[in-house]
Amino acid sequence: MPTEEKTLDEIMDLAARHFKVSREKLQPDEDFFKTLNIDSLQALDLLTRLENHFHVELPDYELQGVTDFRTLAERIHARL
Amino acid sequence: MLDLRQYPSLGAALRDALEHWPNETCLIEADRDREKTRLTYSDFKELARPLTRALQDADFREGDRAAIIMSNQSKWLVSAYAIFFCGGVLVPLDFKLTPTEHLQLLAHSKSKFLIIEYYLWRAIMQSPDFKKHTVKTVLVTEAPLRADLGGAYRWEDFHRKGEPIFIERQREDVACIVYSSGTGGRPKGCVLTHENYLEQCTSLTAWYPFWPGMRYLSILPTNHAIDFMVGFIGSFVCGACVVHLRTLRPEYVRDAFVRYRISYMSLVPMVLKNLERGLRAKFDELPHSKRFTLDRMIALNRLLTRRRPNVNLSRRLLGQVHKAFGGQLLALFTGGAFMEPSTLQFFYDLGIPVANGYGLTEAGTALTLNDFKPFRADTVGRPLPGVELRVLSPDSEGIGEVAVHSKTVMSHYLDDPELTAETIVDGWLLTGDLGRFDFTGHLQLFGRKKNMIVTEGGKNIYPEDIENVFEGLPVKEYCVFAANYLWSAKQLGKEALVLVLHLEQNQQLDAALLEDLNSRNRHLPDFKRIGGYLLWNRDFPRTASLKIKRNRLAEEIAKSAEPAAVVSL
Repeated sequence: MPTEEKTLDEIMDLAARHFKVSREKLQPDEDFFKTLNIDSLQALDLLTRLENHFHVELPDYELQGVTDFRTLAERIHARL
Repeated sequence: MLDLRQYPSLGAALRDALEHWPNETCLIEADRDREKTRLTYSDFKELARPLTRALQDADFREGDRAAIIMSNQSKWLVSAYAIFFCGGVLVPLDFKLTPTEHLQLLAHSKSKFLIIEYYLWRAIMQSPDFKKHTVKTVLVTEAPLRADLGGAYRWEDFHRKGEPIFIERQREDVACIVYSSGTGGRPKGCVLTHENYLEQCTSLTAWYPFWPGMRYLSILPTNHAIDFMVGFIGSFVCGACVVHLRTLRPEYVRDAFVRYRISYMSLVPMVLKNLERGLRAKFDELPHSKRFTLDRMIALNRLLTRRRPNVNLSRRLLGQVHKAFGGQLLALFTGGAFMEPSTLQFFYDLGIPVANGYGLTEAGTALTLNDFKPFRADTVGRPLPGVELRVLSPDSEGIGEVAVHSKTVMSHYLDDPELTAETIVDGWLLTGDLGRFDFTGHLQLFGRKKNMIVTEGGKNIYPEDIENVFEGLPVKEYCVFAANYLWSAKQLGKEALVLVLHLEQNQQLDAALLEDLNSRNRHLPDFKRIGGYLLWNRDFPRTASLKIKRNRLAEEIAKSAEPAAVVSL
């Protein structure tokens, strides 16, 4: 199983690619709604990409209250 | 549909609906591409019976309050039905609130029972305030085996044999307490009667009747006034079918249109814009010749439907587009937040009319709605039957505060006679929204008189409610306003919150303070975040009890500062 740090890195790589944002702009504790310039539906779209990448099912509620990559990585890591 | 004039309560109307169409499907629940539940009206009755009996055996009595905190699913509606059957008062709470907010509203509403989804209950149990909750009985849905429920019961096991006793309620009795907002500051619990709902349902179905076999896709939260009315009460009293989708992911929403051959859906601007984005991307991928043909067909459809929609014609002209929406779609409903006219026009031109409306929780569901006679993208439609609207003290352009008189207007705000008296004056509800009627009787909205914003996701945000996040900020004082409240732009859309900061003498807004601001802002849900800050160098006007005089401060700011002075966060 990957470490939580590796999961975090992969999430940020994927988000940068998907939303066409420079990877260097993304920070683990930054507000990803702002740095990616996305709304909550686009964030759900990201969740689908992450499901496919990590081969895990993530209910919509896993994103509830989550605004930064680190917390998202924790939630995903707990399901791996 | 049932003739609602003969019913004294929602419970009585719903009970008869279950008897009236026993073999029609009333509910389908899907999670992604998996169908989880499919119920006929008769199945629904059988499922609700043992729960209702168990509630009565647990001493749930007429007038008692029961809260529901759940995402859209069949158990939401079954539970609500059981509550009404027992003569109870339903308190539908927004499942997207935080545990602290849930506990505040449970306490404020004095809910005796709570029906809640497991992951939300788990979050509440972890809250530091959990032990203070005063709910007597908690039913938790979908809890994993061996999960610690903190003294709650499993919804699925909360059953009793025997026939429950139907408790009759009268039209003037309270049916629901719906919070329009006010979680952090002053909770605004709108007390809505059975009359309010029955009248609202009658007027909505007069313009948009549903029928047995018709399918309505429910993706707005059921606690939301629109979905509660259209995706529960309205559908059931017409014998129609509600399709619940447990995810909001655009690909599954699109798929559900096709799989369940949906006729109507309510949505918020954010979802509609997402659908528009997806369609435009698909159109852009078309080869040049196909795109040319499509554009011509869209133009032709626009021309031929300029007076009123003609769904059959649009389906013939734009078959592929309509096929992607399941081929049965008649209209989409939207309201509550600002919708770009260009988005509404985009869908109308495709032969998918969006019935844009206007309403507020305090007045039931909808006050005005587009009737497509003809379609008007720049307005929120005409008043529904039984709704009287007035524009108070209109200015030279005819714009003034919209006031409403209707049987759908709430009884009062729960435990707040002062706010009630300010809001309902001589039988007229002051909406706080600025509007005017055009010469065809359509209402146009121009912003808000009140200090609040409505997000693209349809959420009402009151600035006072989010100020507590900035408590302890190392500045002299601060206050949050809606930008439109400070500088009335006489327009909706692009609504934002502004944090007004008064620094200490000789204090600078340094990097540490800015980081503190950003960090606190990030702790708010994305739809509640402030958009920018404004530096202010005068003391805030305050009352004798040191409360900020918001109106005075807003006036001073509007006079002395420009919107350009707001720095984005």
